[in-house]
Amino acid sequence: MTDIIELRNLTKSFTGGIVAVNDLTFAVREGEFVTLLGPSGCGKTTTLRLVAGFEEPDAGRIVLGGRDVTDDPPYQRAVNTVFQDYALFPHMTVAQNVGYGLRIGGVARAEITGRVQDTLRMVDLLDKIDAMPNQLSGGQKQRVGLARAIIRRPKVLLLDEPLSALDVKLRESMQVELKHLHQRLGITFVLVTHDQKEALVMSDRVVVMDAGRIVQAGTPGELYDHPATPYVANFIGTSNLIPARVVGAQAGELLAEAGPLRLRAQADGTAHATGARVLLAVRPEKAILLPPGTATSGGASAIEGRVLERFFHGNAVRVSVDIGQAEPFMVDVQLQRALGEADMPGTGAAVLLAIEPGSVNVFADTAGVRA
Amino acid sequence: MAVTTDIGVMASAATARRPWRGPRLSAGALGAAAACVAAFLYLPIVVLIVFSFNDNVVTTLPLKEFTWRWYESAFANEDLLRALWNSLYVAAAATLICVAFGVPAAIALDRIDFPGKTIFRRAVLLPLVLPGLITGISMLNLFRVLGLNLSLETVILGHGTALISVVVTQVFARLQRFNRRLEEASNDLGARPLQTFWYVTLPNIKTAIIGSALISFTLSFDEIPVTFFLTGRENTLPMYIYSTLRRGITPEINAIGTIIVVASLVVIFVSVLMLSDKGER
Amino acid sequence: MRLATRRRFTAAGILGGPLAWTLVFMFVPYAIMFTYSFYTRQFPTMVPDFQFGNYLALFADPQYYQVLLRTIKIAVLVTIAAVALAYPLAYFLVFKVASARLRTALYVAVIVPLWVSYLLRAYTWKTILGSEGVLNSFLVWTGILDQPTDLFLYNQFAMVLTLTYIFVPFCVMPIYASLEKIPASLKEASKDLGVGPFRTFLAVTLPLSVPGILAGATFTFSLTMGDFVAPFLVGGADGALIATVVQSQFGTALNWPLGSALSMVMLFIVLTIITLSDRLERAGRLDLG
Repeated sequence: MTDIIELRNLTKSFTGGIVAVNDLTFAVREGEFVTLLGPSGCGKTTTLRLVAGFEEPDAGRIVLGGRDVTDDPPYQRAVNTVFQDYALFPHMTVAQNVGYGLRIGGVARAEITGRVQDTLRMVDLLDKIDAMPNQLSGGQKQRVGLARAIIRRPKVLLLDEPLSALDVKLRESMQVELKHLHQRLGITFVLVTHDQKEALVMSDRVVVMDAGRIVQAGTPGELYDHPATPYVANFIGTSNLIPARVVGAQAGELLAEAGPLRLRAQADGTAHATGARVLLAVRPEKAILLPPGTATSGGASAIEGRVLERFFHGNAVRVSVDIGQAEPFMVDVQLQRALGEADMPGTGAAVLLAIEPGSVNVFADTAGVRA
Repeated sequence: MAVTTDIGVMASAATARRPWRGPRLSAGALGAAAACVAAFLYLPIVVLIVFSFNDNVVTTLPLKEFTWRWYESAFANEDLLRALWNSLYVAAAATLICVAFGVPAAIALDRIDFPGKTIFRRAVLLPLVLPGLITGISMLNLFRVLGLNLSLETVILGHGTALISVVVTQVFARLQRFNRRLEEASNDLGARPLQTFWYVTLPNIKTAIIGSALISFTLSFDEIPVTFFLTGRENTLPMYIYSTLRRGITPEINAIGTIIVVASLVVIFVSVLMLSDKGER
Repeated sequence: MRLATRRRFTAAGILGGPLAWTLVFMFVPYAIMFTYSFYTRQFPTMVPDFQFGNYLALFADPQYYQVLLRTIKIAVLVTIAAVALAYPLAYFLVFKVASARLRTALYVAVIVPLWVSYLLRAYTWKTILGSEGVLNSFLVWTGILDQPTDLFLYNQFAMVLTLTYIFVPFCVMPIYASLEKIPASLKEASKDLGVGPFRTFLAVTLPLSVPGILAGATFTFSLTMGDFVAPFLVGGADGALIATVVQSQFGTALNWPLGSALSMVMLFIVLTIITLSDRLERAGRLDLG
């Protein structure tokens, strides 16, 4: 697959000296669904606006479909944008909004009518064709925004937090719809969001950003299972982070010590010297909660602890366990037909945690934990 | 500037719901006071209208017979009709100037940064608070230096200068509330800046432009202080009335005054509606 | 950068016209007026000069400084009267009219006269207050007076009344806006703390509406200062205001240098008032957070 967007050393700062995008280099492959993920102020929206042409970079180049478009205004770029606040033209009907790009492009009136109908059918909004934007609900407005942006069949569709204004249920169904739309159209999607779940559900590839830089890029699975930094480990899903010290290494495994605790971790290829400070990250659902005294199998580390609290999540229960560290250890137990909430150990009960070496990610503890 | 009063926002604010009713100062007394002030505002207008139909050369009570004769004599008065025509010409031309220069000025103030912007803003808005007399005199001086003869056209230039601020404040206020994402969306969909302005920006500020243009027209139509210094041999209607007043009151003035007041009331009412949120859609 | 260059051209295109207009029809005329104010009069024209005689005359000749003082007095009276009338009206509209529709209608009704013929609105007071006017004939008709009095017209009272009438809507607009902006929570908080309605008004409502009062007062004071129509229509022998004097310098008296100097002084006073009210408003805003 060829690269449809290439960002080369892109830098953009705003008045007041805030560097929004800092020497960013990144490529999006044709047909990909890529998500820029990060907290507000991480530079993800600015990156999107640079690609759309709404902002001008201080330095760096933007290449779109093999053409350098850095100096092109937005109306000459083959990308279209879906806006967070929809940005529907309030004085035009739904049909006029959706057909706007074609009308500007000089497409014949009859053809516009047909394509507007087709596109509205695609987003399931044909019955609102003559409505004014202020007569639509939030979800309907977003569909109009979407239809308006895809009708020109851009090379890339840019989506700026398109679902953030919708309520949870609607957001989840729109996530699925967007994903289907992506598959049907075959257009490259670049989505910006601060919602990690949304990123994981929809994207082929997720780019995690922080302070104007890329922290890690990869498939949702890669990011989840092998976060490159504690920041990613905690931003995507949650992780138990345990500061520890390396005490030994053997047979592709690392032995670390945190106070009275000893944990085995699979070595990730990075060499950690004995005595080095590290940060161990364990996903709550990767630890296994057992009754005290259970014999653990294979090379799993066994940790004794005491239940502090239980949080009912419906399909799972999150148990907070005191393991003698500064922070309690969170473990998720998936509920099943034969395993209900009543079967969970109560507050104060002694428990045993089993953690496979493969479930532990090891980070060099340089700057401490970043939430 | 403390005086950039935005008619649109206020008329909109007036329609906003407010559950809270304020400190419980006696509503009765306050209402009575408010009614008195309102009566004070409209009493003279009522007097003007009533006496324009009163069959008496002087404006005294008690009223006499109903008559159209003052209207008839007003419309038989050639000087008055000529002045009326002049006023319409001046007001129309001055309004064109106000729109042609006021709208770009509002856009510039809203979105362009340039050195001297503060001074420019103050200068453009100054005539809102500046007595017309000063505009009139300073421009009289300019035309003297340029060797330009005074005429209705010099009056038009004067009115344009004095009234641009009306269009600027109203259009600027509307632009401030205008969602800039709409322009980005238009650019994004392939529209060039001029197309974006024509298809997206203009329709959304249209009512503010029309509303403020109507106000400018009315103000120019009634203008005296600037006109006084800049007019040549031709008179505008207010100048004609002003000069007849030296000779004393005639009910003819009441008649033409009634027509002006009623027409202005209608025009202004329409423009206030356009400047409010009803005009914004 | 091509984009930046393009943007600069667009900006120049938009800004060019209005900028040229203000330069040619405001800055240049003010500069000329300023220059003329130092010229020497030589009836019926003037000769270039650089002397302060025109300004000095203003302060040395009682004919001028008395008129200036009178103008300031009238302007202050009108400003106080207009604000005093406008405030309860605005307050009533904002806080006491329950129906939003009615409030809008009343508000529009109050501000519409603002733009209706200034001349005619001033003129009707002449017809009301005159010795053959509505008020006199009413009083004679009802038997309160034996014969018409000329006490009503052609004096400073008539002038203040007429000008107040004209500027009330100017004051209602900004005061209304400032009252509308006061968050309900502030007053509720004051009420919760057990503060009575009148003290709440003094402690919360009034200070927060100061920007509106200032804006209205600025309009009124400045426009009264420069008015020559009301003095002409309803002012008497002692009714000349500074604008009347300026007007005559460019008319019958034909003394452009003196007229220019007087205009410069007026311009200076107006600019000072705008700046002051701007400062006060900003200071007030800071105080109120």
